[in-house]
Amino acid sequence: MLNTLVKPIAPNMYRYDEFDAQFVGERVNQFAGQVARRLSGELTEDQFKPLRLMNGLYLQLHAYMLRIAVPYGTLSSKQMRKLAHIARTYDKDFGHFTTRTNLQFNWIKLVDVPKILRELADVEMHCIQTSGNCVRNVTSDQFAGATDEEIEDPRPLAEIIRQWSSLHPEFVFLARKFKIAVGATEKDRAALQWHDMAVQVVKNAADRTGYKVMAGGGMGRTPYVAHVMSEFVEREDILAYLEAVLRVYNQDSRRDNIHKQRIKILINTIGPEEMRRRVQREFEELKRMGTLQLPQEELDRITAYFAPPKFETGLSDAMPDAGADFANWVKTNVYKHKAPGYAIATITLKTPGQVPGDATADQMDTIADLMDQFSLGEVRVTHEQNLVLPHVRKKDLPAIYAKLKELDFASPNAGLITDIIACPGLDYCDLANARSIPIAQKLAKRFENLDRQHQIGELKIKISGCINACGHHHAGHIGILGVDKKGVEFYQLVLGGSGAEDASVGTIMGPGFGEHEIGDAVERVVNVYLAERMDGERFLDTYRRIGMEKFKAAAYQEAVAA
Amino acid sequence: MLTANRLRDGDVLYRKGDGWVLMLADGEVYPDQGSADAALAAANAELARNEFVAPYLFEVRDVNGKIIPVKEREIIRAAGPTVHPHTGKQADPLHA
Repeated sequence: MLNTLVKPIAPNMYRYDEFDAQFVGERVNQFAGQVARRLSGELTEDQFKPLRLMNGLYLQLHAYMLRIAVPYGTLSSKQMRKLAHIARTYDKDFGHFTTRTNLQFNWIKLVDVPKILRELADVEMHCIQTSGNCVRNVTSDQFAGATDEEIEDPRPLAEIIRQWSSLHPEFVFLARKFKIAVGATEKDRAALQWHDMAVQVVKNAADRTGYKVMAGGGMGRTPYVAHVMSEFVEREDILAYLEAVLRVYNQDSRRDNIHKQRIKILINTIGPEEMRRRVQREFEELKRMGTLQLPQEELDRITAYFAPPKFETGLSDAMPDAGADFANWVKTNVYKHKAPGYAIATITLKTPGQVPGDATADQMDTIADLMDQFSLGEVRVTHEQNLVLPHVRKKDLPAIYAKLKELDFASPNAGLITDIIACPGLDYCDLANARSIPIAQKLAKRFENLDRQHQIGELKIKISGCINACGHHHAGHIGILGVDKKGVEFYQLVLGGSGAEDASVGTIMGPGFGEHEIGDAVERVVNVYLAERMDGERFLDTYRRIGMEKFKAAAYQEAVAA
Repeated sequence: MLTANRLRDGDVLYRKGDGWVLMLADGEVYPDQGSADAALAAANAELARNEFVAPYLFEVRDVNGKIIPVKEREIIRAAGPTVHPHTGKQADPLHA
């Protein structure tokens, strides 16, 4: 640990009130009773399964997996230390940060789950809305409240949506899961357009702040980018509008076919125009009833929890000179902060060879110390399976970097080719067809030379072990999809996807490559980009300009017609 | 072979006779579909004991006297995650 005497700092984030604490406590007691009844045989597995899923507990390949909600990716140091404690006490000393900005433990015993949930409740955490056909954990921009690019901090609205959707009586048993993200910048760091529903804080022509609402995005078997439902919804109407979208989905979605139950299928079947019409009808009805307006005082109350910290003034805004390695790290992993003298620092959990998103209990404890010493007690989890220290003084960056080097978390690779998203894949997941993590590890090692990474520039590789796409392969500049061919792992390449503000669905190149072929195929694809790119082009730009043919020919080592 | 998960901790089990063992190498190989189906039927009838869940059959082959699952999924399930060799059954000296 960095310093066992580090005093925990309570960051500005939502804190449970009496109702929240009582609600979560009662839920823990309820599930403890359900576990006891399952172990005694009073509940059958068929009866118990939906109950455990409502509490984030899956049965995976090797053991139970518990998924813990990290609302909009925000964690306090106290919570991080609790996660480290759970990893050490109840799991195998490590946890896995996911593409939903949650944390998963892979070796949980059913008999321990009530104790774990009580420990989580002690630090205002739970596993509700991390599974099942409900509104899932709301995600957001990891730079929220720290970047000067945003219109306002999107987390108060994310928290309001969390509270509105938690056990909403109409939406507890949706046709399928429903994922919502909230952002407040033009630059999209939260993959907004890939969500069932997304809200972007915007200003209208009269400079009034409101919300753009999108719906119908999603990965999985049938990938779609979201459609705009409304360019501008007034502040006080936002819950009514979101409820209208969910109500149309709940009423009109197909429940007869698991592959056609997401809102993306409904919208792309009836068309976005018809969806907008149906939503508008519901919205007007909700407005006429007048019962779901968001009162300004409630918005103010929640916003107060996220008040900007008291940043020091008079700090130098110059970046410290601490050597070439540090400068490289700053180049990719440090982002401009809204307060002079401060910065946002990304900790990539992606040192080449590491399991993307994994952290040991000791690493979590040390990061908690870093949070307290240098980042006002706070960290953010990103959908790219990294962590972010949102409020650090620039003068402290060399000390942070030195400690991250000790942790083996100091790779200067945020946004580069080795900053790879990978789902747990066949190493853990009961649904997977192929392993994802070893492919990510091998690709990261193959491209670990930093000069080469910088030469390649921004290139996002995303790997999924099955068509469910938890590794976001559809949104990868280079996506990789693991498939099963008669019990053997193969990997399809998908090119041209994006999870950013220029969102697009990647295109499958063709037949899959064997486990030992996929690395060479990716390298040949990257080499085509390097040969073909024009000044300033990212991989994605070159792909969009020249199309699939040359990449495909190189990947399969075919001759290209002149 | 026939596998399941233990209810209280989720650990992977393999059927042997009328009971269960923890290691694939100790499990029973059914020589034909009929005996495999009979074992699965017996396990399903025991589900009410609430000791294990989700029993199912999977294929194995004999490679130089060693029983190996046909599918990668079952190879990994029998050993543990390939990316964390210190976890799962592969970490148990008995696994070797």
